[in-house]
Formats: sequence, structure tokens, C-alpha cells
Amino acid sequence: MAPNDSARITAEDREPGEGRRKAARYALPVAVAGVAAATIGLVPALAATGDPKLPEISAQQLIEKIAASETEQLSGSVKITTDLGLPSLAGLGDLAGGALAGGKGGPSGSSDGSTADPNAKLMELSSGTHTLRVAVDGPDKQRLSIRDTAAEYSLIHNGGEVWAYDSASNEAYHATAPKDAAERGAAKGGEKNAPKDALKDVPATPKEFAEEALKAAGDTTSVSVDGTAKVAGRDAYQLLIKPKQSGSTVGSIKVAVDAKTGTPLKFTLSPSSGGKAVVDVGFTEVDFAKPAASTFDFTPPKGAKVTEEGDKSGDKTGARELPKGADGAEGPKEQGDVKVIGEGWNAVYELKTGAGEGIAGAAGADAAKSGDVPAEAQQFLDALGDKVTGKFGSGTVFKTRLVNALMTDDGTVYVGAVTQDALVKAANEAK
Amino acid sequence: MSRAEVGAGATAAGPVEPVARDRERRLWWTFGLLRSEVTTTFRRWRTLALLGVLAAVPVLIGIAVKIETSDGGGMGRGGGANGPAFLTQITNNGLFLVFAALAATLPVFLPMAVGVIAGDAIAGEANGGTLRYLLVAPAGRTRLLLAKYASTLAFCLVATLVVAASALVVGALLFPLGDVTTISGTRISFGDGLLRALLIAVVVAASLVGLAAVGLLISTLTNSGIAAMAATVGLLITVQILDTIPQLHAIQPYLFSHYWLSFADLLREPFYWDDIGRNLGLQALYAAVFGSAAWARFTTKDINA
Repeated sequence: MAPNDSARITAEDREPGEGRRKAARYALPVAVAGVAAATIGLVPALAATGDPKLPEISAQQLIEKIAASETEQLSGSVKITTDLGLPSLAGLGDLAGGALAGGKGGPSGSSDGSTADPNAKLMELSSGTHTLRVAVDGPDKQRLSIRDTAAEYSLIHNGGEVWAYDSASNEAYHATAPKDAAERGAAKGGEKNAPKDALKDVPATPKEFAEEALKAAGDTTSVSVDGTAKVAGRDAYQLLIKPKQSGSTVGSIKVAVDAKTGTPLKFTLSPSSGGKAVVDVGFTEVDFAKPAASTFDFTPPKGAKVTEEGDKSGDKTGARELPKGADGAEGPKEQGDVKVIGEGWNAVYELKTGAGEGIAGAAGADAAKSGDVPAEAQQFLDALGDKVTGKFGSGTVFKTRLVNALMTDDGTVYVGAVTQDALVKAANEAK
Repeated sequence: MSRAEVGAGATAAGPVEPVARDRERRLWWTFGLLRSEVTTTFRRWRTLALLGVLAAVPVLIGIAVKIETSDGGGMGRGGGANGPAFLTQITNNGLFLVFAALAATLPVFLPMAVGVIAGDAIAGEANGGTLRYLLVAPAGRTRLLLAKYASTLAFCLVATLVVAASALVVGALLFPLGDVTTISGTRISFGDGLLRALLIAVVVAASLVGLAAVGLLISTLTNSGIAAMAATVGLLITVQILDTIPQLHAIQPYLFSHYWLSFADLLREPFYWDDIGRNLGLQALYAAVFGSAAWARFTTKDINA
């Protein structure tokens, strides 16, 4: 800028070419905006291209690699996106929570409970997108934090102690975890001792998700290696798992496995109906170095309300089940009157319950297995379902993108990751 | 200058000297202009009143929390869910009043004050008939605009620091101080906590850079100071509303206010930089686009007031 342009104060002494100069100046902000828009648009596109080149590997070798993986220490950010195709799972979660607390006749409704209670909090993970931070140092030290706006929910397992801390309400939840808690929990076969096993049972890391998926593999499943990918800046193989049977709502499961360490980094479950993934869990950032020891230290801050495990009746009675993330909707395997119809991906669980029970679970919230659903919830759920009839009589089908459930009028519930037709067929066969 | 370095002779120094002197003089003008702009801005009663209102916000929050919890009970659960962030921790640690006050003032009070100052920057001078006198000084329009923008940014920083300092004083008077529990549940010393508070204040001030540039552009578009202030504050409110409509999620990451509350990520352990980086990048982008638009407008505009 020449200093003398300040002298030209009014329009009288306009030079020729002024208009062009004006246009040239206005071109600058336009150009800046254009460059910014192009950068925003192009950079992700450029970054997405170019899968890494890795030596060929068979599916068998890749699964072995996963099994042989000795990753005990890692920290990183995990992004979980779940889309079960429900109108509002948050609302359902509340209903289910209310049903849980009320159903067992506990004196404390869920509204009086601590917001740091893992049961209530982890339910949130079953819908929407969440960013988690995980840190693991061997079997005794784990940490899981759910990032929220200006708040964080942390679940910390350090040796014999399990702490949960909700910074938004400044409340903490404490439980002791005996050394053999994990095995005992597993032996009991339930996720009933939720706080104790919370860290074990929430498939928050891709590894756990992958293990769940591999467990289901058998004759009914095709497993193959489907190229490579870059996940969290690391080269990874993609393991593709597909059901061989038709009738399943599961289209494919993709697991990205770190080429170096064999640690699963990303898990994607796509429905057979196509569209967005139902469950997508992946590291956005991962570091295999040992996390700092202070990461696992927790002392409740002064003035924080601390709820001890067992403070609330209802915890011990075992009514509370931990929502197993989104794929937890696979069913209540260990409950009393459960029969399995079919096998592999097309397995349908038959639950003999009294009418009105288990609806919330059937609808995918998977929490209120045994609780009375309030009347308004019943109405709400009725509105969600489709009426169907068949040899089994008549009933209502509740559909999500992954799990469908059929509740017959006599109170039997059929749940499975299968299409509506397959569900009705299974119900007919069961009669 | 480069020629002087190459030909390091006494003859080469001859033509260099006037250039250097000229540059020095220009630099002096820039600083003089900047200094005079900053002093005029901060001497105005309006500015002082704005700062006074901002300083009063933490006092109000502190007293309200003190009264609420004076019966010995903690904050109700509703406070955590509905009020500004960090409200529940204030009673245990006065330092959290700094974070709570910044979280409470960042969405409305701070940007409104910045909108008033930025909107007034050029249009206010034009309105008062003083713009032409400013341009008589041999500083040039570009430098006048830069000085105006710099003084607006100085106000952003001072306003944020006023809120933080007032909150710290009130927090120290009304509540205990001590080790800080981060929102991740880990503990840091009070000194570290103070450092983080300072860092947060700087990040909050930087969050207002984009709005200041938008206000400056609006200010060059009109000759009425009031119109520019109203338009800037109106735009701020509109953008805030747009940011809450879920159907517009596609454009929300590009709204200047979208990542404002990301400063809370500095209270995590370890830090979470992603959103803060996005916030600062977005502010820089707004400053570049709207700042250059303001420059294009101001340097080609007819000044007749």
C-alpha cells in the first residue's frame, strides 16, 4: 500500500482503471475463500487414496496373527458410530432404565442413582457417534473415557479397584474388583456384576469386537482377506467376514488388523440391506507405548459424591445387565427360558416370558430383560412394531437395522439378527 | 537491504540509508497509530462499561453458587446437566469458577462485547466524522485497518483476561483452592491448574478472532456505528441459532462458533487437540477471508464522512 492513497478521500479524483483495481482487490477474499474450500474438499480425498502395499497373507494367517498378538499396552482414541435404525435410542434407554429401577421394586428409582453408575452411562454408547479414549497396561490396568462436550466420563480399573467418574456431575462410583473377578464373572455367565466386569464386558476396543465376531464363525461363515487399509496412520490388513446363509441381516463384517502387531484396529458391521454401517468402531489414534502410570490413578476429588457399589438395592439382585454395546443385542444367551432355533448367523433366540416383559430388550435397547414396561412405553413400542400373523398365531415385529424381534401375543419373543421373513419362519417352525 | 549485504562497501551504504530511515518512520507510524487506537479504544466509557459487565458475570455466578450450596448440600444433579460446564466443581475448587465463567460468557457476553467494539471500529469513526482526519495521517488505509483490527484483538484478549481474573479473585474469596481434578479424573497441582487457566483464556480470546474480522468487514460496509454493531451482534445470534439446528449439521463445522467450547479439552488428560486445532484453524480462515474482504472494501471505498 502506498501511503499516498489516503489523500484520495472523495470520488472526484478517480483515475481510469479504478474499477479494475477495485475488482482485483475484491478477488483476494474470494481467492482466499476458494483456496480454503478447495483444501477442505480435497485434503480428505487425497488422504483417503492409496491403500498401503503389504505382502499377501491368507485369512488363516491373519487370524493367527490376531490370536498371537501380544499387545498388552496401548493407548489411543476410539470412535464408535452405531446406527441401529431406531427413532431415538436415547429415549428408549431412559425408558429401559426406568423399567429397570421400577421393575425390581427397588426403593431408589434410577433418577436418584449416581450418574457415574456405569450401567446408565454405557447405554449411551448404543446410539450415535462417540469418541472414547482407551489406555491399557496389562490385565490389571485399564482406562476408558467417553468424551463429551466439556465433560468426560471415565472408567478406571487399577488392580483391585474400579472407579467411575462423571465430571459433568462431579460424581464418582466405586467398586472393588477381587483378583478373580473376571473369571467369576465369566463363570456366572452373565454380565450381572456390571461394575466389576464393566471394562471386560464392554467391547470398546476393536480387539474385543473382533473376537466376538470370530467366535461366531464356523461352517456358516466365509472369512477372507480383503486388501489393505490405513487405520489411525498404520498399515492394516482387512479381514472380511460374511455369512454364507441368506436371511441374516448382517451383510459383512470388516476387521482391520494392524500389519505389525496383529492388533485389530477397526471393526465395521454392515447390514445386508445396504447403507451405512450399523456398528463402526475404530481407532483414530493409537500408540503401543506403555501409558503413564498416573493415567490409572484416581482419587475422587474433594466434595465429589461417591456411590459405593451395592449402595443401591437392585444392583445385587441381578436385574441390571450391562448393555453390550450395540451388538449386545444378539441376545440373552444365559437366561432361563431361552431356546435357540437355527444355527450360525440365522440363530433365533426364543424367550418364553410373560406378556409385557422383555420388550425393551427386543427392540434393541437390550437392557430391560426383566422389568415391567410402563404403559406409555408399551404404547410407544406398539407404535414402532408391525403386526404379523402366521402359523404361530399373531404378533408384533420390532425392526432395527440389525436385530429384529417378534413378540407373539402369547408373550413369546423371538430375537435374531435375521430378516422379518426368517424370523416368522423360525417362529412357525417352533410351533 | 539485500543489495547492501552483497556489496559490503561504503558506496553501497549510501542509497540504503534513506530506505532504512523511511522504513523506520513507517514502523514508528504503525506503532504510533496502533498505540493511539488501543488507548482510544480502552479509554472509551463504553469499553470500560463492557469490561465492567464482563467482570460482574463471575461475581454473579460465584455468589449464586455460594448461596445455593450454603446449606451444606452440593449442587443438585440438574446443575450438572443444564447449567454451564464445570459448575458442579466450583464449590470444591475456586479455580473452576474461571472455567465456568469462561464457559458461561463465551457463548454470549464475550462475543457481544467484541461485536460492539469491532462493529464500531470503522463505522463509528465514519459516524462521528473523524475517519477523514485519521486518513490524513500518512499511515495509509491498510495500516489504519490493521491498527483497528489489532486493537479489536487486544480487546478480545483483555476482555477474556478480565473475566478470568475476576473469576479467580471471586473463586479464591468464596471457595477453597487446591489441587485440580481434570475432567478425565486425574489430578494436577494448583500451579499447573493456573497455567491451564491462562492457556484456556488465551484460547478463548483466540476463538473470538473470526468474529472480530466479520465485525470489521461489517464496519467498513456502513457509515452508521450503531448499524454495524447491531448487524454484527445479530449475525452472532443467527449463527448461534443455526449451530443448534440438527438438520444443518452439514454446515455447522464451518460456523465460527461451532468449536468455541472446545477449550474445555485443555482440561483433559492428556490434552485433546483435535477440536482446538479445528477451532483455531477456523478462526484463522475467518480472519483471512473477512479481513481481506474488509481490506478490499476499505481501500476502495469513498470516504465522505
